Amino acid sequence: MEPNDRREPNDREPNTTEPNTTEANGQVSRRSVLSMMGVGMATRKLPRARRKPVVAPSVSTVGATTTSAAASPSTTAASSSTVPTTPGILVTVALYGGNDGLNTVIPLDAGPYLQGRGALAYQASEAIALGDGLGLHPALTGLKGLWDSKQLAIVRGVGYPEPSRSHFRSNDIWNSAQPKGYADTGWLGRWYDTVGTDPLGMVAIASSVPRSMVGAKTSAVVVPLGNVTSSVPADLAKATVVMSQSDDTLGPVAAMVRTNSLNLGRVNEVFGPLLAGQAATSITTSLEPGAAPRTANELDLQLNVVARLIKAGAPTRAYSVGLGGFDTHANEKANHARLMGILDKALSGFANLMAQDPLGRTVTVLVTSEFGRRVAANGSGGTDHGTAAPVFVLGPSVKGGFYGDQPPLTNLDQGDLRFTIDFRAVYTTLLGAVLGADPKVSVDGTFPPLGFL
Amino acid sequence: MDQNASAIAHLYRRAGFGADAQQLADGTVAGFAATVNRLLDWSGPDDGADAVRLPDVTPGYFGSSPNADQLRQLSAQRQAQMKLVQLWWLDRIVASTSPLREKLTFLWHGHFATSNEKVDSPPMMVQQNQTLRAKGAGPFDQLLNAMITDPAMMVWLDANTNRKGRPNENFARELMELFSLGIGNYTDGDVRESARAFTGWVVDRDAVSARLVQAQADYDSKTVLGQTGAFRAADIAQMLATNPATSVHTAQRFFSRMVYPAGADHPAVQSLAKGFAADLNVANLVRAIVATPEFLSVQARTGLVKQPVEWVVGALRAVGTTATAANTLNPAVLGTLDLLGQSLFNPPSVGGWPQNAYWLSTQTTLARVRFAAALTAKANTSWLEGVSSTAWPDTLANRLGIDHWSPGTAAALRTGASPKSTLALALTSPEFVLN
Repeated sequence: MEPNDRREPNDREPNTTEPNTTEANGQVSRRSVLSMMGVGMATRKLPRARRKPVVAPSVSTVGATTTSAAASPSTTAASSSTVPTTPGILVTVALYGGNDGLNTVIPLDAGPYLQGRGALAYQASEAIALGDGLGLHPALTGLKGLWDSKQLAIVRGVGYPEPSRSHFRSNDIWNSAQPKGYADTGWLGRWYDTVGTDPLGMVAIASSVPRSMVGAKTSAVVVPLGNVTSSVPADLAKATVVMSQSDDTLGPVAAMVRTNSLNLGRVNEVFGPLLAGQAATSITTSLEPGAAPRTANELDLQLNVVARLIKAGAPTRAYSVGLGGFDTHANEKANHARLMGILDKALSGFANLMAQDPLGRTVTVLVTSEFGRRVAANGSGGTDHGTAAPVFVLGPSVKGGFYGDQPPLTNLDQGDLRFTIDFRAVYTTLLGAVLGADPKVSVDGTFPPLGFL
Repeated sequence: MDQNASAIAHLYRRAGFGADAQQLADGTVAGFAATVNRLLDWSGPDDGADAVRLPDVTPGYFGSSPNADQLRQLSAQRQAQMKLVQLWWLDRIVASTSPLREKLTFLWHGHFATSNEKVDSPPMMVQQNQTLRAKGAGPFDQLLNAMITDPAMMVWLDANTNRKGRPNENFARELMELFSLGIGNYTDGDVRESARAFTGWVVDRDAVSARLVQAQADYDSKTVLGQTGAFRAADIAQMLATNPATSVHTAQRFFSRMVYPAGADHPAVQSLAKGFAADLNVANLVRAIVATPEFLSVQARTGLVKQPVEWVVGALRAVGTTATAANTLNPAVLGTLDLLGQSLFNPPSVGGWPQNAYWLSTQTTLARVRFAAALTAKANTSWLEGVSSTAWPDTLANRLGIDHWSPGTAAALRTGASPKSTLALALTSPEFVLN
């Protein structure tokens, strides 16, 4: 199969009732949209920017500009935000399809790897040596720069017990952080439920809400590429808001429809002015020359939207982006190399942009995939679904280096690596150090932080 | 809308793409059971859909070794053809006089989800679509067997490079997880063993067909689901189709698309699965689903979001236009469907399309509003213009097959700025976004 980054494969099949994510955020966003429309809310508190960016205009300034056209100047963008002000901003990057960990962080001169992979293997001379007998994929030159400046942590052998080799189940597990059973909510959604109700607190650059950002009370808003906000005839926009205030007599699914209408009003209200005048450009030139911008190659464009929002002081604590195409069962070498190039340019370009920005310097990026791939290649020049794989964490706050043990190539489980670090330890570290949260709000069980932050 | 008409409208939404005024009137007179029979009667042609001409998908040809520029031209031609194929299917659905046939084709496309993103062959995608249409109501084992050697499927899941000795397990895994048994009903060992049974099949792109290369086929003994034998592809297909877990998985998937999202352990699903296991007949499964008490329940009436294709087709039919015509709008039909997350022949993954919450985001809300505004701006709304605004809610309910508007929607429709924008509002209302 060829999972696509735009849509999360884990969202495939509702086995249970769909999560109801409406009530709480519906309330908040409803008020803010009403205020945009000049309806009531004159008694709201004065605005307060979350953190005042040095270069970009602050949230409060921009918000006031927006609403000055409406009747209620006191109801600015940030005024109804309940986003907390703790440490940093998290950006998650999902590599859909199961990234080949062994060809991303390559075991150098390792016999079982070279024999099992055959023509798919990279020789030590091709890889970018990192020490510890490991090397990066040749295309990851930008990440090597981050490694050298100690801003890239590579957590090795990340997985979970009784690994699932299903894309869908394994994505569910990574997103929910619950390897057993089925969870309606995601690990970031559960965190956010404890700290805020503004739907702009979590933003996905995708076309559906990622499962990781589904909360019981609030779920992420989805912001598209390019036209982050887009004009709708004013009478229709206003009527849509009126319609969406309806008392709910149609049940929870219709309530979700209404919540999204109201949240869209808030996206336009806050993000529209923040991004006004900022062109939607690519961070890199990673798109192949002459190629139509295909969604699978749009990681840099997604991260560009994230960068623009961060620099403009958006009240957002966590972002989700993704890249598809990693299900390399056939003709892997060229395809995977192309994806590594896209990933490298997008991540290093984003890191460079963020390094120049005061808010950007609070950003930490997490790069994960639902599983790695089998040690031995198949007969199609590709690899089948595997288990443990490395996770990247990068950013100015990161203490670069290796974490966790490299899984041995000589002690395999049905041909696959045995994990050495539970992915929930990575989440635990990020929840504490980036989001300033008690990891227990989101992760069951105790996983000692890994020290990369 | 009275109770009988409401049930007919619901039936047409779930077993088709919504009723037009004539279908609603006829169905209300004939009754629910007779309308079910009518939807399932495929003895005649689908005059409406068959009148839509299939675009030419013949590949271009520059000789046996085209140069780089010629390859680019061929690729651009395939992309252009595929857009026409997408519009062709949408227009079939819009025009269909046998809507359940198109609905089942649509549901099977989501089940055996195959994307042209990788297949990159309009003829193969068309052929798979026609196979799903021809076999979609019949015995499931025949459909499953047809999919195993379907060229588009084989390319999609690398079955065409699955060779004896070092099998590629992509197809075998998704076949068990998604197309038949469902997760939890097989082991990784079953996947690996059955992958061997599918070795040796290769796709002939030019002929749009599959053939067996015996030298690459593994004829040795395999152990799959506790049975041991020198199984080949057709043996595995039969074994999977007749496994009780497959009946549960299939019933669960269809119930979730036609009634409301439910797990495999839902009593109605369990009961439907027993019936389906007995004859593997898909038409009978559909007949049983619409006969469940759950089908007309309040939970069902309010329990599903229209899939984007269902929403777009409903909107096109409401204003009386075609997908091809509306693809000249800004935003266009195909671009809108892409933003809504449902490009036909391009599902996001082999898992097909999820439902409900998956379709609801700030982005999809915006895409619906923008398309509705563009569509209604160009539409003939004379049927609404002669009506006083206080009657707009009722007129729109009749036109769109809505049982009743909630108070907030009705109020918004009564105070709409103009007939066109009020129609756009109705198309984006929770009532119409629900199926």
